Amino acid sequence: MARNGVIGSSVPRKEDESLLRGTALFVDDVARSGTLHACIVRSPFAHAKVASIETAAAEGAPGVEAVLTARDLPPGLRPIPMRMFTSGPLNDYLQHPLARDVVRYSGEPVAVVVAESRYAAEDAADLVEVEYEPLPVVLRPDDAVAPGAPLVHERPGSNRAGGFTIEWGDVDRVFAEAALVVEERIECGRHAAVPLETRGLVAEVDRLTGVLTVFGAAKIPHVNRRILASLLELPEERVRLVELHVGGGFGARGEFYPEDFLVPFCALRLERPVAWTEDRSEHLRACNHSREQVHDAALALDADGRFLALRDRFLNNTGGYVRTHGLVVPGMTAALLPGPYRWPAYRCEVNQVVTNKTPAGTYRAPGRYEANFVRERLIDIAAHRLGVDPVELRLRNLIDRSEMPYATGTHTDGHPVVYDSGDYSRLVGLTLERFDRTRWLAWKEEAVAPRRRGIGIALFVEKSGIGRWDYARVEITSDGGARVFSGGASVGQGLETVLAQICAEGLGVEYERISVVHGDTAVVPDGMGAFGSRATTLGGSAVFRSAARLRERVLELASEHLEIAASDLIVRGDRVVARGAESRSVTLAELHELSRPARVLDRGGEPFLSEHDYFLSEDMTFPYGVHCAAVEVDTETGEVELSGYTVGYDIGRAINPVLVDGQIVGGVAQGVGGALYEELTYDEEGQLVAGSFMDYLLPTAGEAPPVDVLVTEDAPTPRNPLGAKGAGEGGAAAAGAAIANAVADALGAEPTRLPLTPERIVELARGAAG
Amino acid sequence: MKPPPFEYDDPGTVEEALALLAEHGDDAKVLAGGQSLVPLLNFRLARPERLIDVNNVGELDYLRVGDGALRIGALVRHSALERSDEVAAAVPLLRETVRFVGHVQIRNRGTVGGSIAHADPAAELPVAMAALDARFHVRSSRGERVVGADELFVTHLTTSLEPDELLTEIEVPLPEPGTGWAFVEFARRHGDFALGGVAALLRLDDRGHCERAAIALLSAAPTPVRAREAEGFLLGRPLDEQTGREAAALAVADIRPSGDIHGSSEYRHGLIEALTRRALSAAADRAKEAA
Repeated sequence: MARNGVIGSSVPRKEDESLLRGTALFVDDVARSGTLHACIVRSPFAHAKVASIETAAAEGAPGVEAVLTARDLPPGLRPIPMRMFTSGPLNDYLQHPLARDVVRYSGEPVAVVVAESRYAAEDAADLVEVEYEPLPVVLRPDDAVAPGAPLVHERPGSNRAGGFTIEWGDVDRVFAEAALVVEERIECGRHAAVPLETRGLVAEVDRLTGVLTVFGAAKIPHVNRRILASLLELPEERVRLVELHVGGGFGARGEFYPEDFLVPFCALRLERPVAWTEDRSEHLRACNHSREQVHDAALALDADGRFLALRDRFLNNTGGYVRTHGLVVPGMTAALLPGPYRWPAYRCEVNQVVTNKTPAGTYRAPGRYEANFVRERLIDIAAHRLGVDPVELRLRNLIDRSEMPYATGTHTDGHPVVYDSGDYSRLVGLTLERFDRTRWLAWKEEAVAPRRRGIGIALFVEKSGIGRWDYARVEITSDGGARVFSGGASVGQGLETVLAQICAEGLGVEYERISVVHGDTAVVPDGMGAFGSRATTLGGSAVFRSAARLRERVLELASEHLEIAASDLIVRGDRVVARGAESRSVTLAELHELSRPARVLDRGGEPFLSEHDYFLSEDMTFPYGVHCAAVEVDTETGEVELSGYTVGYDIGRAINPVLVDGQIVGGVAQGVGGALYEELTYDEEGQLVAGSFMDYLLPTAGEAPPVDVLVTEDAPTPRNPLGAKGAGEGGAAAAGAAIANAVADALGAEPTRLPLTPERIVELARGAAG
Repeated sequence: MKPPPFEYDDPGTVEEALALLAEHGDDAKVLAGGQSLVPLLNFRLARPERLIDVNNVGELDYLRVGDGALRIGALVRHSALERSDEVAAAVPLLRETVRFVGHVQIRNRGTVGGSIAHADPAAELPVAMAALDARFHVRSSRGERVVGADELFVTHLTTSLEPDELLTEIEVPLPEPGTGWAFVEFARRHGDFALGGVAALLRLDDRGHCERAAIALLSAAPTPVRAREAEGFLLGRPLDEQTGREAAALAVADIRPSGDIHGSSEYRHGLIEALTRRALSAAADRAKEAA
């Protein structure tokens, strides 16, 4: 492919100017005259029958326009559907926009108040009288599947909403005959993505066109337009979703939630713009949670430390309902639990379990943060029992580069997992060298009581580019630049920058002259959005192909104009020049003029320089990485200080290395949160106790460690023209595993549960000392 | 996250504030820096009918050192206390303590009087004030009274202030020269409410034995508490590691900290004991340096 050096260079972000100057447009900045404000009335009970709802007092409150309950929604309204990893039986567990007869988690919407201001709406929400008849609550997934557990959903008659088993080899026999078996219950705590910007929507009906317009879309505008249109029984063309600046998504923001139906529905019903900005306490109770899994997992090894089998039965706590992700999270756990190792025998039993907690969905490295913790913890425990260096034990069992592409035997949503490329042992070596393991081993010995020190390593294979296609169009603009229309979405990751870089490389136009449009379904006809580390690999590949096609058309038109063979022309900067005779040129602005209908139709030409293309990847791509952590633990207070942190990540090709670094460093910070700080704790009644930032502890700049990032490009993927694998999730993916392994090394104890709170640390230290 | 409706007054003088409190005290809350009250309002956990905003009562914003005491007007911001070199010289424990209060933004806004009157047992300044034997000046249209920490702090988030009373001044007796000090705490993140903490003041006689000890504990009880038994134990003893260990064990012998999602009572018990050892050791080092 053509290379002009824009790909691989850390050009300044296109997004930064408006963000840094404060001129960005977030959804709460959208002002429409006559806007009404919605407030959602949420259930205070985790599980209860809704006996009656009395709205008269609220309706009579000052400034109130409407109070809607489930009775006011269209009869026959379907629940919010799954959009991926769907499974028939799960349809019995979907959520309706407003609770009808039963509420199944504290925070479930039961009514909407729409008023002249958010103040008036909240005052009136206090006046909505809901009579609840409390039902027994079940919160832990193992309790939920125990015989006699209260049913979260009565009709399907089970709290196991779905699941499946992946298996090969004679697992039971291998375990029976293995020299060493390590078996543990390993639990990952419930935590959540918690983007800086909470969700928000402004919905209005365009008076001119009758089109319902919804500002505040994120992640998957086109997918959500389809869902919203279908729930409202409108043609897709009557619904427009618009993505503005988005302050982070991480999997949670942008999925289709009850409010994504309710706010547009109110705007249609009341024929006024309706705005809703989620506040933080709502966000923590309403937006998808993630990560809560309980594993009973076991590892079988021979006497030489060779892995013989991996066995796991786990429960994924998906909360009160199955939301849009269907089986994504537990499915990803089962698919990627094998990691970078060979497993002669494998069994993973997946159980998607409902409980009376907030529904759960994806969060950066969904299902893998958990899987990597489980597998890498088991491996360290095995190493300790065998008396083998944990690194050495891993190296003995890695898939070799000569085995690529490597079919793991697992699958995602029925699609086989086949690792595309990788040299795992090489990256382990490079990362340990970069981390300077020898130096940290010496550092460890200098710990002074009551502090102890340890180092931990964790390996992982990520996946990227789920939802295998995307769309792009590229055009030459009247000022002689180029404009990209992408089906991708920006959640703050630098989409515009990266797509402009790819366009610059494919087309030859300067990076500075390229702009990127995305996220408005009225302007971009189709797309798959931003999730699963897909926007660069799939969205970028679509841009690259469109740009390459456009380049041919530009050269053709220039060739006619300059009367020079297209093969002797190149696009350079703002013009097309003749090779070796650069005075002979035509600017792109001139070519744009030459492409107007009046100039080309007579000759049977196609007006305007614009090309679109879809890109379909044969499969996902599989980046891989290594996390190394050095911790110092205070055995009296339970404080864990991260003294060193290195991530090695091979992503095939880094389009913008600084942005890749940012992805990894941010991911580590979130991974640290799940390892040490963040937990959505519930009390016995099912109330979220960690319901504000006072109790839900996000790591701040004070807690996030300096992260040394090593990005390698040893294994480009053959599955897209860029060679790039997604970089979004590797920073989070193995942080819990590496930190827990480092704590284990420091304390000489084996933690099996995240987060490692100070109290758990103190208990582990005491247990090890005793 | 919007407060319920309330009436609002912003008096410009103490007299006006006291008059408003006399009239509306039962239904009113005093708004100072708002770092605790405003979140309570926004969560609709507090629903006062009226807010009496004292931020314009400039006469309560002063720091004075003299006559053997540091006098802190109730409206002094945490950051003013933190930055005052005069305070640091006169009562170094306060600068060490106030840096643990929340974050810079919170300290810029939060007031010393507000922190005392809010009476959160996990707050730092009430604990330091208890260790320092501070005296709290309380005024109402009925007159003025002066109370100590034992009398002011009643229980969790509750003081002995009457509805018509306003805390106006915190009077801190200056520690005698040669007093060693330390404030230590452990919070899950810097700026969070601490899971446990200790303020300690120690002074040595010329033989190197302890002649004064004050130990106050944070998050150990529904109010700041002095560890009187441990203080008594220290008197006349050399300040070595063994003494510190025994004193710390005594300090926590009778406490029953309440547990929450960040740490059980048992964990906090052990934590506060360890922190007491550390505080005594640090204060003893400073006292020895000064001796």
